[in-house]
Amino acid sequence: MTTTDLREVNTTLQAAAKSQANEAYVVINPRGSHAMACGLDGPLNVTIKGSTGYYCAGMNKEASVTVEGSAGPGVAENMMSGVVTIEGDASQYAGATGHGGLLNIKGNASSRCGISMKGIDIVVHGNIGHMSAFMAQKGNLVVLGDAGDALGDSLYEARLFVRGSVKSLGADCIEKQMRLEHIELLKELLEKAGADAKPEEFKRYGSARQLYHFNIDNVDAY
Amino acid sequence: MCGIVGLFLKNDEMRPRLGDMLTDMLITMTDRGPDSAGIAIYGDEDEGCLKITIQSDTPDEAFSGLKENLTTAAGLPVGVKVLDTHAVLTLPSDSEAEVMSALADKGLRIMGIGSSMEIFKEVGLPRDVAARFDLRNMGGSHGIGHTRMATESAVTTMGAHPFSTAPDQCLVHNGSLSNHNQMRRKLARKGVVTQSENDTEVGAAYISSRIAEGATLGEALEDTINDLDGFFTFVTGTKNGFGVVRDPIACKPAVMAETEDYVAFASEYRAFADLPNIEAATVWEPEPATVYFWER
Repeated sequence: MTTTDLREVNTTLQAAAKSQANEAYVVINPRGSHAMACGLDGPLNVTIKGSTGYYCAGMNKEASVTVEGSAGPGVAENMMSGVVTIEGDASQYAGATGHGGLLNIKGNASSRCGISMKGIDIVVHGNIGHMSAFMAQKGNLVVLGDAGDALGDSLYEARLFVRGSVKSLGADCIEKQMRLEHIELLKELLEKAGADAKPEEFKRYGSARQLYHFNIDNVDAY
Repeated sequence: MCGIVGLFLKNDEMRPRLGDMLTDMLITMTDRGPDSAGIAIYGDEDEGCLKITIQSDTPDEAFSGLKENLTTAAGLPVGVKVLDTHAVLTLPSDSEAEVMSALADKGLRIMGIGSSMEIFKEVGLPRDVAARFDLRNMGGSHGIGHTRMATESAVTTMGAHPFSTAPDQCLVHNGSLSNHNQMRRKLARKGVVTQSENDTEVGAAYISSRIAEGATLGEALEDTINDLDGFFTFVTGTKNGFGVVRDPIACKPAVMAETEDYVAFASEYRAFADLPNIEAATVWEPEPATVYFWER
């Protein structure tokens, strides 16, 4: 990308995805560009050799995008399906509002990882920052390392699995029992992400479902 | 939104290239702040000498005959290096009071004072500001720069960053402080005077006043987390290096890179793309509410 315009790169990738050609592309020298390989709507294999800026692989559908470096804020935001892999670290709000597919972060993710996720699976091999899975509605967040403050604040029905420590749980987020179905689900997710961990080592967190309905005892708070 | 860049050289052989590298980083951050740009550069020190960077909107008139005037006021030779709207004065440290008084009489604006720090900032695109001051050809041990998209005060020279409120100290900021008026009044009661309506200047004055009260720079930066309300990624320059702190919410971006030769700071990774050997650098995001320092 020292010689090719970002818009030309994205237009080429988007057209290739749309044509259902199932091709493979390699992007070199991404130079931290914004919105790299975003809006891909079809099967395509994209490898980005280097670090990317804001909103890489946003709105991804069916395509497989690998960043051989670190990703800036909002990677795989509102992803629908497919696989996005980050070999390095991801900045804040990785996988935000994602509806489906797998976001596989080999390093750490910073704050607000999986905020308002709506069905996406996110596997983070390192640690995650504060306010992760805030208002997460559906899907699975798997963390092999530690989680920062206020994990799962105002959580709906997403499942959170953390192997390491959790600095603090957010409002209405509680630890829940790991049942057989969760062990099986986690085993499958870890395998898909190529993560070297045993499902039994994780704790599960979910919603206490106390914020779902108005509680008359809290009327003074309004 | 604003852009911040910083570069601290560990390898002295790179010193002549500092301005060149910082200029490229600054220009890359234009998208984050096209209103104005500024840079603080820590160059060579002259034993027993002080540098004062001054600014005037009418430099031809204001700087003409200045060298002679100041030399008379100081009683010793004062060097004057004019760069566009700015001039860097070099004077014997013990004649600071006489020179400052002569500058006040002429109504010249003081951008910064220090043994090694020089500050240049103006309204306009970062590329144009860099060209006006010939930043590319400046050498030094470290420097920080800022591209501004104004929120809390008008787009003026005095509203541009960096802000310096103590010798060899300066501050750049991405974010907005919400209690700056209250803090400005608190500082004023202690006798700390600010020159602009800008929120970041209050942040700089707050840090300087904490240091004047006996805090270390590290403690003063820690205190910003409790006493300043709002969003901030701060980078503060000192004679020996720079410090970084982000507010606990940390929604303002920050990324750092370190190699054997340098430590670099930027709002976005894009600013690092042309740094030497960046592929091999350790790249990470500074943690929220955590103070970082790089010093020689």
